[in-house]
Amino acid sequence: MRRNGAEDMSEDDERQQSPRSDLEFTSNKARYCKATGSASDHPDQVLENVLENVLHFLTSRRDRNSVSLVCKSWYRVEALTRSELFIGNCYAVSPGRATARFTRVRALHLKGKPRFADFNLMPPDWGAHFNPWLLAMAKPYPWLEKVYLKRMSVTNDDLATLAESFSGFKELVLVCCDGFGTNGLASFVSKCRQLRVLDLIESEVIHDGTDWISCFPQGESHLESLIFDCVEWPINFEALERLVARSPLLKKLRLNRYVSIGQLYRLMIQAPQLTHLGTGLFSPLEIAGQGDQELDYGTAFAACRSLVCLSGFREIIPDYLPAIYPVCANLTSLNFSYANINAEQLKPIISKCHKLRVFWVLDSICDEGLQAVAATCKELRELRVFPINAQEDIDSPVSEVGLQAISEGCQKLQSILYFCQRMTNEAVIAMSKNCPDLVVFRLCIMGRHKPDPVTGEPMDDGFGAIVMNCKKLTRLAVSGLLTDKAFEYIGKYGKLVRTLSVAFAGDSDMGLKYVLEGCSQLQKLEIRDSPFGDAALRSGLHHCYYMRFLWMSSCRLTRQGCQEIAHAMPRLVVEVIRSADMEMDDFVETLYMYRSLEGPRIDAPKYVTIL
Amino acid sequence: MEGSVAYENDLNLEATELRLGLPGTDEREEQTVSNVRNNKRPLQVADEECGANGKSNTQNETAPHAKAQIVGWPPIRSYRKNNFQPKKSECEGPGIYVKVSMDGAAYLRKIDLKVYTGYPELLRALENMFKFTLGEYSDREGYKGSDYAPTYEDKDGDWMLVGDVPWEMFITSCNRLRIMKGSEARGLGCGV
Repeated sequence: MRRNGAEDMSEDDERQQSPRSDLEFTSNKARYCKATGSASDHPDQVLENVLENVLHFLTSRRDRNSVSLVCKSWYRVEALTRSELFIGNCYAVSPGRATARFTRVRALHLKGKPRFADFNLMPPDWGAHFNPWLLAMAKPYPWLEKVYLKRMSVTNDDLATLAESFSGFKELVLVCCDGFGTNGLASFVSKCRQLRVLDLIESEVIHDGTDWISCFPQGESHLESLIFDCVEWPINFEALERLVARSPLLKKLRLNRYVSIGQLYRLMIQAPQLTHLGTGLFSPLEIAGQGDQELDYGTAFAACRSLVCLSGFREIIPDYLPAIYPVCANLTSLNFSYANINAEQLKPIISKCHKLRVFWVLDSICDEGLQAVAATCKELRELRVFPINAQEDIDSPVSEVGLQAISEGCQKLQSILYFCQRMTNEAVIAMSKNCPDLVVFRLCIMGRHKPDPVTGEPMDDGFGAIVMNCKKLTRLAVSGLLTDKAFEYIGKYGKLVRTLSVAFAGDSDMGLKYVLEGCSQLQKLEIRDSPFGDAALRSGLHHCYYMRFLWMSSCRLTRQGCQEIAHAMPRLVVEVIRSADMEMDDFVETLYMYRSLEGPRIDAPKYVTIL
Repeated sequence: MEGSVAYENDLNLEATELRLGLPGTDEREEQTVSNVRNNKRPLQVADEECGANGKSNTQNETAPHAKAQIVGWPPIRSYRKNNFQPKKSECEGPGIYVKVSMDGAAYLRKIDLKVYTGYPELLRALENMFKFTLGEYSDREGYKGSDYAPTYEDKDGDWMLVGDVPWEMFITSCNRLRIMKGSEARGLGCGV
């Protein structure tokens, strides 16, 4: 996203009142001449001009937050120059307050519901509506170009309004959002003439029956990225083909499961410049007489010389996998997490993927498949292993063997998410030593309270080793049988941990106390089904203002305890959520607590009580 | 944790499990069924989720899973859970293979009903197999919104609309499937 440029300047001059509206970088001397008269009178003004020019280059929001604290003048200038606004919790601040402070925003990044909402732990209609933000931005940000939403509720009307309100709108990314459908998409794409990016990721899209793909405007399109693999409805393929043909800048395309491999072929021929491709079905049409001639898919892949990221592979027929051989050597990212393939089917592919940095896969490949990954993918930075069968207490296709192999083969690993049925402390400790660059360690042993199957011990030592040895660790998710000792380790050594996920773990309040007292960088804490109560929470309260949120469900918090906390901490919003038909129990079912400048929100549904 | 032993894969787990709740109160068991297609996001699956459109509730079956399923555990988003047909080797016993015909298609197909966990999965598989779209199902009007209606021949030889009876009853009484198209399909299910 460009911050300066002649085109911006002329548009700004028309719309904005401030004489310092030009974003172009010029030398200081030229600036004095452009500013209307006051520059040479006030040295402060000069300083502010200089500062403004410098601050345009500051992109990190954490740095910007620090800058804004220096003095009032710096606060003002920083606010003027912030063009990307990130709001980690949409209820922490009101749209009006945000738009009043930051007047020249071009990109908004907004997050709503907490992550546990993804797992049915939060009733629907809880909130996180995009609408108030949209309405608040229409006037102050006429030049808004980009909106990124995560876990927000967006309606069809919102999408239409978005396209209508911002004539230069370019990028929309919706991650884990809901509330909208194909009707809204149709209005959005038809009105958004400058659209470059439309990414729908893991969102629920309602089927209104509209053929939204046909609604893209005619003529050459500016599309650079189109991701719709989460749309669970058929699309008009001919319209898509025409769209791809007239989108010469298209680099990222992720199809949904209603596009067959034969249709994929046709698209790939039109777009050999693609860098990121998500296939639809990785199998052909099945009805006889539909042009069964076997296409040379390998040629289509070979023609895409810039392809670095592959995903999709729905309902895969492994016979078609060899088609991707030509691109394997260049791949940096491969997502097989929808592909039910075994180790033998994986090996010929993975053995060619020397440059792979990101690999998502199903546990159908078993430990043997992971060993193959470890043997080849020396540059691997991120690994995610998902379960085909998400149940507890069944046989484990992947285990400590796979984890050990990965730790030995992929020593540059930074991020891992690993679902399994069994894991040993030994393997986890090995990973902590072999992979010192780990930033994200998320291990999910699917059987609750499962100890180390070899020693019978809890998993405390394994996770302890992770926090001790992985000095860059910022995100941790724990599982298996864990006592308070594990939390003692986390509190003592996890000094950089910002996100912690806990489920079915710990013995007593001490566990939570260790964490709240020890983890000074903790921002997001999500806990479920663990025996932590009011006393633990009280002891760590002072830390809560520094956290974005705290989630505790099915723990041992009482309503009275939560009430006391709400009393003691006026700037925290304390939400008690109960499921729709539940009687008022002594224990609070779900506590969701977050800091906010606005006090209790007004859009809470009736099963949410704000204390 | 002292006293814990290696777990076996059976209900022994309950005896040593950490319990939440005041002493003397019954533990509320959050029962749900994993692998149910959820387009909505219920917090808890109530007993009345049994029905034409979904799986039967595990707590009512005589042969349930070894352990009650817990809401939101393992932490996998529902669209990931709903993406796979379980491998055939995991199904116990022989499959229930039925022929599927579609009006206008050159030849018939055969599918194993045991592979599916409920109507949504079956219907989607049929949509994929024959490349068509079904409308929304409702008790009163059948499949509204498309030219197709999925029907099956039951043990009495009658042609019934797919979706009216509970899933378990359906797969044991279904002899063959036929996807009707056109005016015949629209007639079926309208009025009663």
